[in-house]
Amino acid sequence: MILIEGLVKSYGEHQAVDGVDLSIEKGEIFALLGPNGAGKTTIVEILEGYRVADGGKVLVLGEDPAAKGRAGAALRGRIGIVLQDSSDSQDLTVLETLQHFATYYSAPRNVDELISLVNLEEKSQAKIRTLSGGQRRRLDVALGIIGQPEILFLDEPTTGFDPRARRDFWDLILALKNNGTTILLTTHYLDEAEALADRVGVIVAGKILEISTPATLGGRMKALTTVSWQSLDGQIESVESDKPTEIIRELIKKFDGEIPALSITRPSLEEIYLKMIGEK
Amino acid sequence: MLRTLTIGWARGILEIKQFNRAREAVVFTIAFPVILLFIFGSVFNNEIAPSVTFSQYFVAGMIASGLVNSGFQNLAITIPMERDSGALKRLRGTPMPIEAFFIGKGIQVLYSMGLQVLLLLGFGTLFFGLELPSDPSKWLTFAWLLILGSISATILGIAFSSIPKSGRGASALVSPIVIILQFFSGVFFVFTSLPGWMQQFAAIFPLKWLTQGMRSVFLPESFASQEVAGSYELGRIALILIIWTVLGTFFAIKTFKWSRI
Repeated sequence: MILIEGLVKSYGEHQAVDGVDLSIEKGEIFALLGPNGAGKTTIVEILEGYRVADGGKVLVLGEDPAAKGRAGAALRGRIGIVLQDSSDSQDLTVLETLQHFATYYSAPRNVDELISLVNLEEKSQAKIRTLSGGQRRRLDVALGIIGQPEILFLDEPTTGFDPRARRDFWDLILALKNNGTTILLTTHYLDEAEALADRVGVIVAGKILEISTPATLGGRMKALTTVSWQSLDGQIESVESDKPTEIIRELIKKFDGEIPALSITRPSLEEIYLKMIGEK
Repeated sequence: MLRTLTIGWARGILEIKQFNRAREAVVFTIAFPVILLFIFGSVFNNEIAPSVTFSQYFVAGMIASGLVNSGFQNLAITIPMERDSGALKRLRGTPMPIEAFFIGKGIQVLYSMGLQVLLLLGFGTLFFGLELPSDPSKWLTFAWLLILGSISATILGIAFSSIPKSGRGASALVSPIVIILQFFSGVFFVFTSLPGWMQQFAAIFPLKWLTQGMRSVFLPESFASQEVAGSYELGRIALILIIWTVLGTFFAIKTFKWSRI
């Protein structure tokens, strides 16, 4: 669906993207992680056709995203873009905006169904300027998927969401994936990447450090596991080990039945990630 | 082609809706020229030539300015604002044909221009002795001036929209340019009474020619002898508007930006 080979892009002296290779398969959710200024948005905007690469090969659905004119428009009919921050069309209603954007596509979604999919039924007649941040973002997503895109680009989609809104949003994204949409996501939230992504790529200073599944990133599977429990004298004890099962076995012998306050934790994706970008 | 026109029409309707709902813009674009008409028409109502009052001269100039306000000024300010808000970037990410965007802008300009011209003609005839021409050939001149004038004002507005660095700065840059051009082009004063250098400077820009064209429609034929060249120079007016339109189109295609990078 997306193929990048040896992608290079610089702004003046600044090397924003420095030889990136990446391939994203049909139906997967891929999350691009990295600190601010690492080159995430530049890569995504090259794929979206907003920026032109200095070098390397870029294919989106087999086409060159920088194509102009009819070819470019045809490709944009097959992808959906949710940009980082937009504050446009303040004086239009949700319904008017969606109905209008539907006219751009050859096979748009049904607007009423779309409004209920993104949970904006109560706001469909409201002016966009009256929407909350989360509602505005859901409208952005609705505009991104109105043309039934084969690939959806989401650039930091849940910044500023409350936890409930974020969970609802994740459900929406997973529902799109289940319908076969390929999704490229950039995010600062590691829990979001873990909840949604099939694979994650960590990018620092324009270079990809690693691409893997959230569960195995940075040797996470092999990292020490922390086992903690409450000992008989009431103290919380904790042990780091590469053989947690053995510790559990001993604990089972020691306690008759339930082990109080037992927890077994692998390092979080966030801890692994911070370690990775810290080393750089 | 048909798809481009259909979407262009839909964009025009949407642009008009947004224009009508942005009250400050409506007041600024539509009511301001009418207010100016009342001020200048009431203060200067002396005869500047036999059976021609300054207020008649002024209405003709204000109709020409109306094209500049609703085309050039309006687009040169709103497009940078839409660039800042992400509206243009969003559109660029859809399969919308880019020509449809400009068709939509043109429709919105025609709408606000039509409103403005109707208001100026209405108030001008009711209160300031403006006489609507009875000769059909003058209406024909009026029609082509409106069409050519609005096309060139739209295109020059789009072309100029890539110059302001931000939406906020656009108004501060564009409005003074328009006001100075209005002074230099003989909207607020009789053109021939202006200093020579001012006249020559104004003659480079389309507004001077549009005002002259509008005078040929709304002032008697006898007034032509009062113009700089002793005639209304309709052929030259058309030529200059076409040259500006071509230059503007070229510049707009070269420089138009959908987002701030």
